[in-house]
Amino acid sequence: MKGTAAGRPRRGKNLPLLLMLLPIYLTTLLLVAGPLVYMLLLSFLTRAEGWGVHYVFTLDNYLKILQPVYLNTFVQSLKLALLCTTLIALIGYPFGYFMAKLPPKWRGLFSFLLILPFWTSSLMRLYGWMIIFRANGILDKLLMAASLTAEPLRLLYTYPAVAVGMVYVLTPFMIYSVYSSAEKLDWGLVEAARDLGATPLQAFFTISFKLTLPGLLSGVVLTFIPSMGLFFIADILGGNKVVLVGSVIQEQLLKTRNWPFAAALSVVLMLLTTLLIYLYRRITKVRDLEGLI
Amino acid sequence: MREPILQLEQVVKHYAEVVALGGIDLSIWQGEFITLLGPSGCGKTTTLRIIAGLEQPDSGRVLLEGRDVTGVEPNRRDVNTVFQNYALFPHMTVEDNIGYSLRLRKRPRADIRRAAEEALALVQLEGYGRRMPNELSGGQRQRVAIARAIVNRPALLLLDEPLGALDLQLRRQMQIELKRLQKQLGITFVYITHDQEEALNMSDRIAVMRAGQFEQIGTPAEIYDAPRTSFVATFVGNANLLHGVAERVEGDTVVLCRHPGGCVPVARRGAPVAQGQPLTLAVRSEQVDIALLGDRSDCAGLRGVVSEKSFAGGMLRIAVQLADGQTFTVSRHGLNSALEPGDAVSLNWAPESAVLIDLEVSAQ
Ligand SMILES: Nc1ncnc2c1ncn2[C@@H]1O[C@H](COP(=O)(O)OP(=O)(O)OP(=O)(O)O)[C@@H](O)[C@H]1O
Ligand SMILES: [Mg+2]
Repeated sequence: MKGTAAGRPRRGKNLPLLLMLLPIYLTTLLLVAGPLVYMLLLSFLTRAEGWGVHYVFTLDNYLKILQPVYLNTFVQSLKLALLCTTLIALIGYPFGYFMAKLPPKWRGLFSFLLILPFWTSSLMRLYGWMIIFRANGILDKLLMAASLTAEPLRLLYTYPAVAVGMVYVLTPFMIYSVYSSAEKLDWGLVEAARDLGATPLQAFFTISFKLTLPGLLSGVVLTFIPSMGLFFIADILGGNKVVLVGSVIQEQLLKTRNWPFAAALSVVLMLLTTLLIYLYRRITKVRDLEGLI
Repeated sequence: MREPILQLEQVVKHYAEVVALGGIDLSIWQGEFITLLGPSGCGKTTTLRIIAGLEQPDSGRVLLEGRDVTGVEPNRRDVNTVFQNYALFPHMTVEDNIGYSLRLRKRPRADIRRAAEEALALVQLEGYGRRMPNELSGGQRQRVAIARAIVNRPALLLLDEPLGALDLQLRRQMQIELKRLQKQLGITFVYITHDQEEALNMSDRIAVMRAGQFEQIGTPAEIYDAPRTSFVATFVGNANLLHGVAERVEGDTVVLCRHPGGCVPVARRGAPVAQGQPLTLAVRSEQVDIALLGDRSDCAGLRGVVSEKSFAGGMLRIAVQLADGQTFTVSRHGLNSALEPGDAVSLNWAPESAVLIDLEVSAQ
């Protein structure tokens, strides 16, 4: 790609700067890559009785994932993640897209309202949902008062409650991701499409949607993996009924103290992330991960 | 009887308190190359957007080929636009950009290909179909934008300062190519520029705009030689303006005097002028005779003092300060002039070289 190559600063010129920044790069690399390498190593080691690991190579940890009980967790967790991500996309995409179309002062207000919840811990906010969902809680009372249901629904500790919690916690990430993509969209292109004979819907799908797809997909990457891993949501709103991959990792790490197995599970999750990012790059043809950051 | 292809009737457009268009009327004929010329912010783009349907007028009507299209969506108008920033779709190849409108019309693939190739040939970009827009130079992008807009053979092509971003040499070349294309296709062009030379070069007619109104609409010759207002006279071709009083009317010639300063002639061209009426005339710098004051026997003309000499664009420009302080510009071909700053001179011209302007204004 000639166009992009010409736009980049040439490497050679910045050599002194590069040397100065080298320590920072190295530290970062060590802090980021170090644990990853450690985790990868760990996942091939044998569990020791009680505490720590034996330095004996094994593939057992990975094979163990294939056991029905764990495989099932993976499949269930994937299904939930798929459902949540779909819901998040359906809510977050239009929200982020239209937010970018708002006049600037409204945009500022919306951004602020979106950030506001992050000022309190998400745990606190999830307890809020508990109050809403629990038997004879706010939701039940409202529904019964409106005579929509006769009995309490007892939504707390159910699958839908977990899904709602996930969607609630993760949707802002999708909104921001779509918003930052849609904000860069040149509305003049949509006008050009209309001028060339496109209906509003045709213009949306051939131009706006295509050009905001990187935002949508990076939103998917940002929400799909967390919705398999955010075990505290499953704990708080799902009780012990909904088990995520993240819940298993936490349990293996902190309770069972099977570090190698926890590591193997994490590696598989990471591979999934990598796969998603690979797909993302294939679809959007984005070479650097600009859209993700 | 020729039917206008486009008519604007009393079109008004406000943006909040800003009056972008203050009730404009315009008729454009089939096959015409008409240019909207005017300073920044005068409403050129707004006019174009209203014709394209991208903007709705507050009041007034837009008629396209005799049909009222006010309120009709842009995709239902037989009009295409070359946007100022080209607006090429960055995620499509050149060929897909050009074929976009045909794909929307569900034309067979082979047809679309052929049409795109033909359009590329018309703008002399054969073989560029596979490139992405960001792999093209500015001039090439501009051609693709034109190819995309003409592939459908619209009744009307709107061009919003299409050459604005190009360097002078490429501009000249593209001016010629655009003109050739317009002749070849027989499509009516509505062209925007704020470059008066470009407007004079390319247009069949020029509509000079100012603050949301048409100041004058006419052929380049009419606009250049017979500006009707001081705005047109100064905006197109930088004419000198002179205020004065009609001293006497001799047939078609009015003798306009200014005190202090002197008297100069101007052709009346049939306009009714009463003695003693305040008037304004415009005269182009290259039409002005200049002579050292002592050399002239009749002592007619405007008296002044040479204040500055400069050389620009193959012309020698001599600035002359009149007795009351106004500066007059005289231009000559070549470098040699015996005049030096400080010389007392007299200025004069043939009556036909000057034109009376702002007659409507002064009549009120
Ligand atoms: N979307 C808008 N919102 C508010 N005001 C606008 C808008 N578009 C144009 N205007 C105003 O309307 C007037 C005419 O604008 P227009 O874009 O038609 O000018 P123009 O003649 O094309 O100028 P230029 O040569 O700079 O492109 C200007 O005063 C401009 O500020
Ligand atoms: Mg404009």
